[in-house]
This record gives sequence, structure tokens and C-alpha cells, in this order.
Amino acid sequence: MAVFSRGFGGRARESAPDLPPGQFLTEDFPVLSAGPTPEIYTAEWSFSIRTETGAQHTWDWEQFRALPSELVSTDIHCVTRWSKLGTSWRGVSLDTLFEEVESSYDYVMAHSYGGYTTNLPLEDLLDGKAWIAYEFDGEDLDPEHGGPARLLVPHLYFWKSAKWVRGLVMMKDDEPGFWEQNGYHTYGDPWQEQRYW
Amino acid sequence: MTDWKVGTVTDTRTETPTGRSITISVDGWPGNLAGQHLDLRLTAPDGYQAVRSYSIASVGDGSTVELAVDRFPTGEVSPYLVDDVLPGDQLEVKGPLGRWFVWTPEDTRPIQLVAGGSGIVPLIAMARAHAMSGSTTAFRLLYSVRTPEDRFFADELASLESETFHVDYVYTRSTPADWPTPPRRVTRDVIEALTISAADAPGVFVCGPTGFVEAVARALVELGHDPQSVKTERFGG
Amino acid sequence: MTSHVDGNALAGSLSEIFRTDMTTAVCCCGGCGDTTTIATEMVYGTDALAHGSIVRCRSCDDVLITLVDTPERTVVRFPGITTLTVDRETPPA
Repeated sequence: MAVFSRGFGGRARESAPDLPPGQFLTEDFPVLSAGPTPEIYTAEWSFSIRTETGAQHTWDWEQFRALPSELVSTDIHCVTRWSKLGTSWRGVSLDTLFEEVESSYDYVMAHSYGGYTTNLPLEDLLDGKAWIAYEFDGEDLDPEHGGPARLLVPHLYFWKSAKWVRGLVMMKDDEPGFWEQNGYHTYGDPWQEQRYW
Repeated sequence: MTDWKVGTVTDTRTETPTGRSITISVDGWPGNLAGQHLDLRLTAPDGYQAVRSYSIASVGDGSTVELAVDRFPTGEVSPYLVDDVLPGDQLEVKGPLGRWFVWTPEDTRPIQLVAGGSGIVPLIAMARAHAMSGSTTAFRLLYSVRTPEDRFFADELASLESETFHVDYVYTRSTPADWPTPPRRVTRDVIEALTISAADAPGVFVCGPTGFVEAVARALVELGHDPQSVKTERFGG
Repeated sequence: MTSHVDGNALAGSLSEIFRTDMTTAVCCCGGCGDTTTIATEMVYGTDALAHGSIVRCRSCDDVLITLVDTPERTVVRFPGITTLTVDRETPPA
């Protein structure tokens, strides 16, 4: 058993009744860094969805921004135990991006600039549950928070909301992404507290 | 070598407006080499734990270790260590750790130390080891701090100065009253003027915030130092 | 803080797994072939709010080692290392 250190409380941890289990409130927006922040110019940016037939649907920044966008107000929950309530985003719904996409596969691997990957079931991206977000709090999304655009899947732990997203690849089976290979849960539902394997 | 050991704080001493040194008595501490570090673990009453890595300022066989910690205002461990911890308090340590960023008296090359802020900690351990061992190799320290008040171990460094140990300060924000140069950064020119020349093939140890360490290491290599002889330790920031 | 540190910071976690000091171990990057001690590689994610520690090649940024501590296990992966050379620890002088 560990020795308790008198007077040590760690970061002030404010609990709240309507948070998922084991989560604490934060007012700021912590940056979790796994590597250098990629420098992505919108002139060079693109986002694509690739299916099992090899078909690839690609949007450059201009085409992407011409799509209808939505204002999203949502709570976010990070597996490192902070939750932030009522965050405000603007982005393009994945329903819009998947409109023309034909696939019989049920899983998706999200790929990011910088090499990060994360896996999700397709159904968690559709029906108004996920966006490619490019604004936070009315401002362009900061590079350290995933700008120019990141995946936003707020009903799952926030590592699933891949920063610097550049594309989705349809998968027949659920295969683990970067953190999922490293001990984190394949699905990551904060209300079930699915943090680790 | 890797088990957590219980440490009891025996002494704290204010070193700077934002930092202090802490002496910890550790049951079963095997002693440590100059430049090694330890992992320190704090446990809150609710079981929450935080682990951080700290360089050790002390050196030798004893069962006490001295740390020196600078407060990062947004940190959760350093404010506790700088502001709250009292003699008698317990915490856990694991170590000594690391055999790479280490100086031992068998190393007879001239040695240049370069510290940024609290990066002095592993380097004062080397200066202490140098003095304790009676080593006659030339030691020189370039110590970059914001202001004179931000110097850790100022009195001790003054007392350690000798024919074989010389200290140079660079002040980046404000200098002592009669200082010959205005506040400045540790640029390549400053390094060239105030450190052992590459021609003397010194071993170099650089410790400080990441940006500082990388700028200094780059300048040293540009000045002709063998990259293999420049050892660095970054603490973020 | 989002800045990286270096391999010295992982001395404790790695020694728990390898039972020896790994800061002096030499690794060869599978991406670019750069060969250096772990102490000199870049390490991300050692601060409080991090998913885990990531060692990246100092020369090409490729991920060399990942290390995640969960309540029940430690998961270490070596996605980018082709060779890891660990000297036998010499007894302390």
C-alpha cells in the first residue's frame, strides 16, 4: 500500500453529479501531446473516405468548407479523467460526408496527419453523432487542439475524436488504432467507464 | 533497483523566490552517482497518485537525497513540493535512475557544465562530486538564470570555486548592479566566450528547459564540439 | 506543458520492465536508421494529463516506443525500433 503524502491533493478535482464515473470538471482545455504538432496548411489539406472497393471520396479545404455545417454544443470527456461541459464547435456532420459513400463494412479507422489512428464503429459516426470540426468557441480550431480540422465524436472518450484528421478508411473488422493497441479500450464509452482493455 | 522506497522529508530550504531544496531520508537508499535522478510518487488521501522524475543534487553513499524543485504554477506536484511539504512528511521514491547523464571521477576530460534555471540540480551534484573526489580535471559551469535571486545554490557554488572549478553566470532578465553586461541569452557567442573550447575536447553536460537545451547543444556542435561528447537532459517547459 | 523531454525521463518506467538501466541502451530507428542512446531520443507525454509516454526518433519523429500504464497492466510497444542494444550493467565502481 502506498504511503499517503500529507497535504497532497493533486490537481483540484471537482466532481459533479452529471459526469460519467471517475470524471472531474475542468474549465480550461488541456492539451495532451503525443508528438510534435503537425503544421497543416489548408491549401494542402484534404479529407477523404476510402471504401473496400478502393473508391475514394476526397474534399479539399474549399470543397469541405462549402458543405453545410452545424453548430454543436456538447460535453467532452477525456480518458485522463477531465470533462469539459458545454463546449461549442462548428463542423460538418459525418452524415453529410457519408451521403455518397457506399460501403458494406461496419468499422472505420480514422487517420491523422502525423500518423495517429483511432478505430470506431461506423454507426457511432452517423445519425448526428459525429462531425469533422473546424471551429472551437467561434474561432478557427487551434493547431494544438487538432486544427485545421479534427474528428468530433463526443459520446466516446475524447481520444476517439482524432486531431488533425485527414481521412477515414472503412474496415471489415474492428482493428485497434494507436492508443487502442497500447492498452486503451477498443470502444471507449465514458458512461461505461471503458478506459482500458 | 526499481522498488518504491519510503522517504521522509528531513529538511527544506528556500533557494529562490520560486524554488527550494528538499532533503529526504530514504530507508535503503543505496547512494547515487552525480547526475542521476529518481522518480517521486505522491499519493493523495483519495488514492490519486502522481509520479514525477527529479534530478538529485546530492551525490555519494549516504541514505539521504537532496532535490531542488522550481515551482511550475500550473503543475500539481511542484507547487506541493515548493509550498507545502514539511519535515516529517512522507513520500515515495524509486531510484537512483539513469546511468547516461552521469559524471564519475574516473572521467579525466575537462568538463563543461551548462545549466538553465533549475537545470543546475544534476550539475551541482557533479560539481560536488568533483570537489569531494579531489579530481584535478578542469570544471567550468555556465549558469543561465533570469535574475540574481533565481540562482539555486549560489552560496555553495561560490564556496566550491577553486583553481579547478569556475562559475560563469548569464542573466537573462536582470543583472546584479555592477554587472559588466546587460541581460542576455546564452547565444553561440556567449558560449564561445564563457566555456571550455572545443579544441580542449571537454565532456559537456547541459541541463535545463527543452528549448534552452536544444539551443545550447546546437551552438556547441556549431562551435566544433563532438556531438558524442555533449550530453543533454531536458525537463520540458 | 506540451513540450517534449528526453529519454532520461523514462529511466524509472523502463527499468521496471527491463530490470536494468535503459537510458544507455542504444536503439536503431526502423524509419531512418538513426542510432543513438534512449537518453537522447525525444519523449512526449510524461506530464500528468497524458495517455502514455511516447518515445520518438530524434531525427525523423517516428514512434519508437510507447508505454502505457493502466491500473492492471503496463503495455509497451516497439513499433519503430529495429535493433535495441543493452549493455550488461557493470557493477557500480
